[in-house]
Amino acid sequence: MLETLTAALRSLLPHDAVITDPVRLRTYECDGLTYHRATPGVVVLPDTAEQVARVVRVCNDFGVPFVARGSGTGLSGGALPREDGVLIVTSKMRRILEIDLANRRAVVEPGVTNLAITEAVRDRGHYYAPDPSSQQVCSIGGNVAENSGGAHCLKYGFTVNHVEACEIVTPDGDLVTLDRMDPGYDLLGAFIGSEGTLGIATKITVRLCRTPEAVTTVLAAFESIEQGGQAVSAIIGAGIVPAAIEMMDALAIEAAEAAVACAYPKGAGAVLIVELDGPSAEVERQFAQLEEICSDAFELRVAASAEERAAIWKGRKSAFAAVGRISPAYIVQDGVVPRTSLPGVLAAIDRLSEEHGIRVANVFHAGDGNLHPLVLFDDAEEGAGERAEVVSGAILDLCIENGGSITGEHGVGVDKSRYMPKMFSADDLDTMQLVRCAFDPRGLSNPGKVFPTPRLCGEVPGVRKGVHPLVESGKAEQF
Amino acid sequence: MDPELINDCVHCGFCLPTCPTYVLWGEEMDSPRGRIHLMKQHVEGTPITPEMAGHFDACLGCMACVTACPSGVRYDRLIEQTRVAVERRHEREPQERAVRGIVFALFPYPRRLRLLRPTMWLAERMAPFLAKAHPSLGAMAALAPRVEHRQRLPRLVRARGGRRAVVGMLTGCVQGEFFPQVNAATARVLALEGCDVVIPPGQGCCGALSVHSGRDDQARRLARRTVRTFERAGVDTVVVNAAGCGSSMKEYGELLGREPGFRVVDLSEYLAELGPAAKRHPLPVTVAYHDACHLAHAQGVRAQPRELLRGIPGLEVREIPESAICCGSAGTYNMFQPQAARDLGDRKAAAVATTGAELLVSANPGCTMQIAAATRRAGSEIRVAHVAEVLDASLRGVRLSERSERPNKHGSVLTGPTEEGQ
Repeated sequence: MLETLTAALRSLLPHDAVITDPVRLRTYECDGLTYHRATPGVVVLPDTAEQVARVVRVCNDFGVPFVARGSGTGLSGGALPREDGVLIVTSKMRRILEIDLANRRAVVEPGVTNLAITEAVRDRGHYYAPDPSSQQVCSIGGNVAENSGGAHCLKYGFTVNHVEACEIVTPDGDLVTLDRMDPGYDLLGAFIGSEGTLGIATKITVRLCRTPEAVTTVLAAFESIEQGGQAVSAIIGAGIVPAAIEMMDALAIEAAEAAVACAYPKGAGAVLIVELDGPSAEVERQFAQLEEICSDAFELRVAASAEERAAIWKGRKSAFAAVGRISPAYIVQDGVVPRTSLPGVLAAIDRLSEEHGIRVANVFHAGDGNLHPLVLFDDAEEGAGERAEVVSGAILDLCIENGGSITGEHGVGVDKSRYMPKMFSADDLDTMQLVRCAFDPRGLSNPGKVFPTPRLCGEVPGVRKGVHPLVESGKAEQF
Repeated sequence: MDPELINDCVHCGFCLPTCPTYVLWGEEMDSPRGRIHLMKQHVEGTPITPEMAGHFDACLGCMACVTACPSGVRYDRLIEQTRVAVERRHEREPQERAVRGIVFALFPYPRRLRLLRPTMWLAERMAPFLAKAHPSLGAMAALAPRVEHRQRLPRLVRARGGRRAVVGMLTGCVQGEFFPQVNAATARVLALEGCDVVIPPGQGCCGALSVHSGRDDQARRLARRTVRTFERAGVDTVVVNAAGCGSSMKEYGELLGREPGFRVVDLSEYLAELGPAAKRHPLPVTVAYHDACHLAHAQGVRAQPRELLRGIPGLEVREIPESAICCGSAGTYNMFQPQAARDLGDRKAAAVATTGAELLVSANPGCTMQIAAATRRAGSEIRVAHVAEVLDASLRGVRLSERSERPNKHGSVLTGPTEEGQ
């Protein structure tokens, strides 16, 4: 089957855009989450939206699943390939098609990196706001699929708040445009964050923001993580909405120090990075408040220049990969808790860590309660990986118990699909499935992701027998 | 290929946007992360296939990924080990073997290069014919620089003014034969800044070309000879003015299993450390400074050359966009991978053009040659110089244009400082 499919693909695409050599294929076996691996059946590297559409149509002709991949930096295995399918890589589609500052928009291809957009407009006083830590490499197509956030989404929102329109290839191979301004259902809203299950974005219109008049970046060092947590609550409580509030614990600081020599204050149990931006007068007033709130901090460092600001952020932004310096292997977890439960949850994570003899480094977007515990282990040690998995899973349970979520910004992908039933009822999941089926009735677009058990549309879910209540009540239609 | 070093990679992909071949082609296999994956496959038992070897060969060895990597992966060590494995275990096509044979039998040997000098004026015209025989031969001929008169360097150049230090100086292979004016300028600048410059005769290639191409036996032989030469000369510091040589010599310890009896420093690194003593004459010129990969990424020397240039009155330094991306010269790369090298050269030339600078300066003649050639292809022209030449002109108060366009008529290195020896 794959052979005839490959022949069909070759007739549609330039010769070097279809990869079948097994050694080459294997380099695509995983994204940023390396413990889920699958060698794709075929890899294609289309150069245009039309080529993507053609590939998807061929997949439909053969009934073969397909998975989209950008830079391959995702942390939930959203771009994990299918051995029996086609991996559509958008890394050659990286043209910035249009910059329209008058309307504060840019139109880009999906393979353009997040940071490249900002770099293209920075000298004209604009930037693209969502800033995942991997922004210099992650692609905007992937950002759309995962609804990526970043340190600054506390004030500015996620990808969904910054995309105006998307040209997409639907799972059956049509090229359509979803626009925020379209009347009727917010299909663009449904598409963003759908993790590749509703189609592939081929052209993205993003919103550009004006560079703020003033930016003040503060690094506050606390003796304990509790003090840091209290400061976070106090800042938000005072009515300040900083552009970002980030927290790192001692272990995460140690890693960042080893990797990029970020020179954070020595002996800190936690550091808080607070960035204030906006009109100068407002930033000044907020900074005065902030100084007062952070009176517990044993050091308060204010970036005096763009270089110093970059130096403060460098430690934070490299933290995930930097952990590689202090641990042979690790799991990056992503969960959300209400901000007010932060101290309790962190203490509970501490207990888990001790119980299982597994170190956990904490890096998080403190402002919106988005935790990124890094569960460290030595993969050479017998059973350590399993114990790390247990700790990592227990952290998610903690998030759910505290009224939070199993993912803040990394997505569900293949990694967390099994936690979905813990968070959602069977009815919830079935409803989501209906949405999915409306776009992808044959279940070919990134199957096996997001939902716990892959299920064809119309197929009756395991626990329930009979018609979905929404269908029964006439509110929805099953295709 | 050391499995431990391979396992340091956490697959985050931060290296991708800094990799020249990923920038060109956007393919995983031609990114550092993809190449490390290929290494892993090989270590786990997959033999080196021609496809695999092709992706390793396509790596420029620019080390931009080492700079970008937050996990501290030693890609530099990994690719060196990999190239050795490729050389030993992979059978190349006969034509390719022949061309590589020519390059490695020629370039590391100054005497053999010297024999080529009289034919160099022909090279440019011969290029199209040679290209038909093999693209690499064509590229080699097209890159041949117009050589200046050979300048014999004395064994010792005495410090001008008070003596502040004694240093050894590497003359190198390609640098010495094809860019003698750079070595002469280096010696003069060091002397004017108060250094006795010891230049042992009979120096050859430092081994860098071989290290970077996986020919480790040849590399060790050449390295040992270089170490011996400078240890005999009795210097404790050796100044190097070619980025690729400096980065390899700094790693002699790892290559030979013992640290040499001297420290290796890049010229600009050394001068910055020493601090300026000689008077700088004004040079009213706008300069685009190009970071040579083996200086910026491999040795971490970025600030010093800029600082030295900025110290010259009237000189304005402009930054080149995408400065971390390699120009495609990369030692022997522009001979073995002519098309990729050309595409990267064109990209870099376009970036340099946006600065509007009059002069392109770098610490590696290979880079400036490559970018100048690409600029000519784009129908424009830019003057080029080594950092040493610019400093030399300022220290001596002569015009730069005279220095870099006309060979030294005196046939002697030193128009200023005292000379001794040969």
